[in-house]
Amino acid sequence: MRDVAIVAFAQSNCQRDAGAQNEVELIMPVLTEVFKQTGIKSAQDVDFTCSGSCDYQQGAAFAFVAGVDALGAVPPIKESHVEMDAAWALYEAWLKIQMGSAESALLYGFGKSSPGELPIVLSQQLDPYYLAPLWVDTIAFAAMQARTMLDSGEITEADMAEVVARSRNNALKNPHAQLKGDQTVADLLKEATYVSPLRRHDCCPISDGACAMIICTIEKAEEWGKPYAIIKGIDHRIETHHIGSRDLSRSVSTEIAGKAAGVANGPVDVAELYAPFSHQEIILKKALGLGDDTVINPSGGVLAGNVMMASGLSRIGEVAMRIIRGEAKRGVAHATSGPCLQQNLITVLEAK
Amino acid sequence: MSSSAEILSQAFTLGYTYTRSTGPIVGQFLTSLRARKMVGIKASDGKVLVPPVEFDPVSAAALTEFVDVADAGVVKTWCWVKEPRKAHPSDKPFAWAMIQLDGADTPMLHWVDAGDEAAMSTGMRVKVRWAEETKGLMSDVNGFVPEAVALLGELKPATSDEQITGMEAPIYLTYNFTAGKATARYLQSMKKGKLVGQRCPNCRNVYIPPRGSCAACGVPTEEEVTLGNKATVESFTIVYIPIPGNPIKPPYVIANLVLDGANLSFLHLLSECKNEDVRIGMRVEALWKPEAEWGYAMENIQYFKPIDEPDVPVDQIGKLIDEGR
Repeated sequence: MRDVAIVAFAQSNCQRDAGAQNEVELIMPVLTEVFKQTGIKSAQDVDFTCSGSCDYQQGAAFAFVAGVDALGAVPPIKESHVEMDAAWALYEAWLKIQMGSAESALLYGFGKSSPGELPIVLSQQLDPYYLAPLWVDTIAFAAMQARTMLDSGEITEADMAEVVARSRNNALKNPHAQLKGDQTVADLLKEATYVSPLRRHDCCPISDGACAMIICTIEKAEEWGKPYAIIKGIDHRIETHHIGSRDLSRSVSTEIAGKAAGVANGPVDVAELYAPFSHQEIILKKALGLGDDTVINPSGGVLAGNVMMASGLSRIGEVAMRIIRGEAKRGVAHATSGPCLQQNLITVLEAK
Repeated sequence: MSSSAEILSQAFTLGYTYTRSTGPIVGQFLTSLRARKMVGIKASDGKVLVPPVEFDPVSAAALTEFVDVADAGVVKTWCWVKEPRKAHPSDKPFAWAMIQLDGADTPMLHWVDAGDEAAMSTGMRVKVRWAEETKGLMSDVNGFVPEAVALLGELKPATSDEQITGMEAPIYLTYNFTAGKATARYLQSMKKGKLVGQRCPNCRNVYIPPRGSCAACGVPTEEEVTLGNKATVESFTIVYIPIPGNPIKPPYVIANLVLDGANLSFLHLLSECKNEDVRIGMRVEALWKPEAEWGYAMENIQYFKPIDEPDVPVDQIGKLIDEGR
């Protein structure tokens, strides 16, 4: 397996409603920023471009094609798209680099969820015969998952609130975060339930925004003369769509992906986990075997701002930038998709 | 459409009117539902999966052996929805629950009409409340209720006993679409009867309608350029097919038109001429509707009509400088 370098990463602020910004206007600023960080001019200067987004979020058909207007794709470029979080766009580009058909790649993800009713939109990603016709939403599934863990005594409501308090506190240092603040566990537990047993703060907010990244071979990074973090391992696993067959209190796919990506091959200084609901951070921490010496979600994580289809790539970018800035030597990034952590992608990053 | 400051937005409903083929396994489950019976399927390890799946989640073997299960069971986990959403199956507070039917080894998702959160608990027993009329859909189960609740509703016999092979699965999602900054500026100008595009700072091309970027250079466009009403036909087609909902009677002409001073075409109608006289390079002009009818829309221009000017050579189309600048 060939080492792949992350040389640039940029993300927009997470905002509840980006209002009058179309996909191009959301993407353009983060593209400009990663081009600047890398010292290149446009998507013409990389070998491959791949994006992640989902048209259902904003209800605009082929919005991802319109997004290509931000790239300067004349003359035509090698371009691809995943109808998933852009973390999976990174996975596709990483494979292209492994195959030797690209030396560098631009990745971006964007999401504008504000025009629709996101939990209901996401209900339509479920089984179209048994689940989608009932319009069961993502929050409901997460709430039932949390209750499974509370019932078994594996976690308490205070454990969940601790995740929220820490995330929002960490987000105070994150200029892109949407929800931040200094709240105690006791304060949080005073709030009423929303979809019980979840309180509103146990659920990630809905955010609009975008992020972008540039990856390349080590040789290319040296040629560009830019600092970089190295992708040492990456693995993606999916669990069955028959939700009744899953043990919701653990994430088997994360366990397997973590092992395959080599999480345990060294100390983990920092981890960014895509946990849209507070109890899921606890599931993921356990599945990855992370101890208390690992700093988890220093950015505040997605409980502080969740741009669907960009947040997964942002987790990888957050870890990479901490390594590039010298704040960490080795880190793990996690991206998820589907109900109750159905799909999980683990990336292990190291310093040069 | 509403306008406030720079934001133009429009509510709309997107409909995906899908019909789905069920295949033999899902079809059998839905056929049983219509007859008010619950069935599962035997997995490779002998466990009974409800609702049935085509392939074993672990061994991936094709599954075929249906097993009758009860229409009552135990709540394994649940959550309480205080404020149901419009799309939800109940308009008063209810529980989503994973319910393991007697005879099944996996729980299935449905909703429970318990009246109050205090009436819900993990491990409680619930039973199916069958719909008065069944159609072979998940909604044939009109929720579950606590087992002690007496169900008095009259149940009509199923209308058919034919095997179900397909189902209607329409999806309607509502959105409040917002135009981008560039589009909003453009539409605001349209409302004032002006055609305003944007110029690329790099290649100097002018785009109308503008999208806030130059697709060729990949740079933001900000400089605004007001264009005139004259344009050239870049390409066209004569439409003979009536399109449902379209008030225009065929045959009519749709053309790619490049405004003088612009470098990229847009689509509009061409009229006031014989269809067979329309040609590439033909000079045309916008006919605006009366000012009182102007909105935030391209339809403010009723159509383009020919003007008495010499045709533009093909290689010059899209390269004309607007007379006004």
